[in-house]
Amino acid sequence: MNARHPPGLLEGAFLILRKDLLIEWHTRARLNALLFFALATLLIFSFALGPDTKLLEQNAGGYLWLAILFASLMALGESFRVERENASLDGLRLLPVNPRAVFLGKALGNAAILFGLSLVLIPVMVGLFGVSLALGLGSLGLILVLGCLAISAPGTLYSAIASNARARDVLLPLLLFPLIIPALLAAVKATSLVFQGDPMSQLNSWLLLLGGFNLTYWGLGVALFPQVIEE
Amino acid sequence: MAQRTRQGLFALAVAMLAIGAWLGLSWAPPDREMGDVQRIMYVHVPSMWMALLAMTLNFACSIGYLLKKSWAFDSLAEASAEVGMLFGAVGLALGSIWARPTWGVWWTWDPRLTTAAILLVAYAGYLALRRFVEDPERRAVWAAVTGIVAFVDVPLIWYSVQWWRSIHQIQSSPKTVDPQMVLTLRWNTFAFLALGIFFIWSRYRVAQSERRHELAAPPTLPSAPQGLTASGVRL
Repeated sequence: MNARHPPGLLEGAFLILRKDLLIEWHTRARLNALLFFALATLLIFSFALGPDTKLLEQNAGGYLWLAILFASLMALGESFRVERENASLDGLRLLPVNPRAVFLGKALGNAAILFGLSLVLIPVMVGLFGVSLALGLGSLGLILVLGCLAISAPGTLYSAIASNARARDVLLPLLLFPLIIPALLAAVKATSLVFQGDPMSQLNSWLLLLGGFNLTYWGLGVALFPQVIEE
Repeated sequence: MAQRTRQGLFALAVAMLAIGAWLGLSWAPPDREMGDVQRIMYVHVPSMWMALLAMTLNFACSIGYLLKKSWAFDSLAEASAEVGMLFGAVGLALGSIWARPTWGVWWTWDPRLTTAAILLVAYAGYLALRRFVEDPERRAVWAAVTGIVAFVDVPLIWYSVQWWRSIHQIQSSPKTVDPQMVLTLRWNTFAFLALGIFFIWSRYRVAQSERRHELAAPPTLPSAPQGLTASGVRL
C-alpha cells in the first residue's frame, strides 16, 4: 500500500472490508454464535409447524430468509458496535478515505457474512426440510447473493444510525424490517421457485425486482451514508 | 394573521366535510353492484391520498433539510409524517370496514394492502427514531435520511395495483365513472386536503416551538452528546 496517496473509493472500500472481515475472523466466536442462532431459528420453525414435512418443504424459502433476516440483525449491529468501542468511528471519519468507501466496505462485509451463513443453511434445509434444488445451484446462488445484498445495504445505513441512538436493539429492526419486506418477498418467491420448480417461468421477473431493489437501496446508501456519520 | 388563517382553514375544512358527508351519503347515486357500501370510497380514497401526499411532503422536506439544514424543513417533515400516519391509519380502517361486506374479510394479503400496511410500520419506525435521539441536529439528519429511504414504499403502493393485478381495484378514470360520483369524490378530496393542511400546519407550529425550546436550553445531562450547538443551523 502506498502511504503517500490516499486510497480511492474502491481501494478504500476494499481496505475497510478487509479490516472488518479480519476482526470477525479473529473473534470467530461471534461468527459461530451467528451460525448457531440461524440454525436454532430454522429448528424453531419446524417445531412451530409440527412434523408435517410437506408443509415444511412448501414454506422452506420463507424460513430460510427469515433465518437470514434475524441473523442479519446481529451481524449488522455488530458491524457498528466494534466501531463504537474505543471511539474508533472517529478514527474512521479521520481516515483520508471517502466516507462512501466506509459504507461500501461495511455493507459488502455484511453481505459476505450473510451469504456465507446462507451457504451453510442450504444443506441443513435439504436435510431437515427435505427440499430439493429443482432449478440447480446457479440460480439459487444468484438469489442468495442478491437477497443478502438487499438486506445489507439498508441494514448498514440504518445500523450506523441506530448504533448511536437510544434503544438501538429495537430501533434497527423497526427501521429495517418494513423497508426490506418487499425485497425479501421477492427473494422468498424466487427461492421457492428454485425449490419447487418454475413451470410458468416467473423466476426472471422476481430476480429483476430483486435487482431493482438492490439498485435503489445501494444508490440511496452510497448517496446518504456520508451525512449519517458526519459530526 | 397567520393564526386567523389557520382557524379559518379549520372552519372551512369542517364545513366542507359536512357538505361532503351529505354529498357522499345521499346526493351521489348508490353503486350498481355494491350499493350503499361503496359510499365509504368517498372517505377512504381521500384519506389514503392525503397519507401519500403527506409522506411525499415528508420526503421533500427531508431532502430540503439535508441540502439547507433549516429547522423549518425538519419540523415540517415531523409534522407531515405524523399527519400522514393518522390519515393512513384512518384510510386503512375505512378500507377494512368496506372489505368486510365486499370481499367477505377484514383483511387480505393483497399487494396494495400489504404495501399500505408496510407504510404505516415504516413511518412508525421513523417517528420512533425521532423520539430516541436527543441531540436535535443529529436527530434531524438521521430522520431526514430515514424519511428519504422509507419513501421507497410510496411508489410501490401507487403502482402495486397495476403491477400485481390482485383483488384491490386499480385507479379508476373519471371518464368511466358517474359525474355525480366524481364530483363527490373531488369535493371530499379537497375537504380532506383542507383538514390535512390544517393538521400539518398546527403540528408544525408545535414542532417549531419544541425545536426553539431544545436549542435554547443548555445541555443538562453530563453525558449529553458533544457538538450540541446550533451553529450554522437556522431556526
